[in-house]
Amino acid sequence: MSIFRDAGHLFRLAGVYLAGTLIFLVVRAVVVPHSFGQYGHYRGAAIAEIADRPLHFAGHQACETCHSDIAQTKAGGMHAHVNCEACHGPLANHAADPSIDPGKPDVATLCVRCHAVSAARPRAFPQVDADQHSGGVPCNTCHQPHSPAIAAGGSK
Amino acid sequence: MNITRRHMLILLPAAAMAWESVLAGTPEDAPNYTMSEHWWSMLIDIPRCIGCGNCVRACQAENDVPDGFFRTWIERYHVDDWNMANPQVISPDGGKEGFPSVAEDDKGKYFFVPKLCNHCADSPCTQVCPVGATFITPDGVVLVDQKYCMGCAYCVQACPYGCRYIHPQKRVADKCTLCYHRITKGLTTACCEACPTGARQLADLKNPNDPIHAFLKTHSVQVLKPQMATGAKVFYNDLDGSVR
Repeated sequence: MSIFRDAGHLFRLAGVYLAGTLIFLVVRAVVVPHSFGQYGHYRGAAIAEIADRPLHFAGHQACETCHSDIAQTKAGGMHAHVNCEACHGPLANHAADPSIDPGKPDVATLCVRCHAVSAARPRAFPQVDADQHSGGVPCNTCHQPHSPAIAAGGSK
Repeated sequence: MNITRRHMLILLPAAAMAWESVLAGTPEDAPNYTMSEHWWSMLIDIPRCIGCGNCVRACQAENDVPDGFFRTWIERYHVDDWNMANPQVISPDGGKEGFPSVAEDDKGKYFFVPKLCNHCADSPCTQVCPVGATFITPDGVVLVDQKYCMGCAYCVQACPYGCRYIHPQKRVADKCTLCYHRITKGLTTACCEACPTGARQLADLKNPNDPIHAFLKTHSVQVLKPQMATGAKVFYNDLDGSVR
C-alpha cells in the first residue's frame, strides 16, 4: 500500500466528485419529466396530451350517421363535396347530444360568403351579384341549399 | 466482485444512461393509431380557393385561437400585369370574413393563398428551441409542448413562414397542430372539413393509397420558400411565382 501513502487528498477529491455526480443524477431524475427523450429531445407525453384536446367539429361522417336523407340529397347536387359543418358550423356538441339544437345558418350572410361576385375568385366558380340576382329575396326561397340547382328553372 | 474506483468511475456514466432509459419507459402502444405509419402533409389547390374564410373561422373555433391571431389565414394576391416582384397582398383579419369584392375591369390578376404551418421535416423552429418544447412528432407534425415552453419566442422569429405567435394569455408559443387531436382519430383537420371547395386536403405521404401521390405525379406543385430547405410539407398546386 505504499503507493497510497500521502494520497488522502486524492481520496477526498474522488469523494467530492462522486457526491457531485450522485447529486446531479438525483436532481436530474427528479427535474426531467420521465417521458423526456422518449422520441427525441422533448417530452414524449406532450404528444398524447395534444392528441387528447377536445373536438369542436364532429366531421361529416358523424352527421351522416343520423342525417342520411340529407346526405343523399346532397350527394346528387352541386354541394356534394361541401361538408355539413362548412355551413352549419362546428357541431361536435350536437353530435354528442342530439337534443342540443344546432340552429340554422343565416342565409343572408352564408351564401354570399362563397358566391358573391368578385373578379378575385376563380372564373369557373358560380358567382352572383345578390342584389341584381334576387333583389333581396333570400337565396333559399328558390334554391334548396343542400342541392341548389333549380330543376325546372334551368338556373344554377 | 471487487469493484475498484477505476471501475466505478467507468461504470457511473453508463449506469446513468441506463437509468435514463428506464425512466423514459417504452413508447406507448396507442390502440388504433401508430405514429410510425403516418407522415402528414397538406395539399393546397390554389385554383380552387375562393377566399371565403371558412378555414380561418373553423380553425379558430376548433382550436380556441384568440382573436387577432391565426394558425391559418388567407392572403389575397394582386399582381398588376408584369410587376411580379411587387404583388399587393391583403389579408383583412386573416381573411376570416372574406375579402372585399373586385370589379371585373380591374387590372391584373388575383388569387388567394391559404397559409398555415408547413410542418417542415427540417424545421428551423424546432432547431432553435432552447428547452425542447417544440418538436416534430414521429408522424411528421410540428407541435409545441405548452407545459415546457417558456415563451422566449425564438421559434416565432425562426419560422420563415410567420406561422407562430405567442399566445396572449398563456404566454407560450402557439401554432397549427395540423389538428393533431383530429387526425389521430381518423378525422380530417377542421380547415379541411370546413373548406367548401376542396382547396385544402390533408394528405398522408406514408399511405400508398392516398390520392396525394396521383396528384403530385400529374400537377405542378411547389412548397413555399424552397430555397430555405426546410422540408416544407404543405404543397401548393399552381402557385404563382410572386408568392412569398
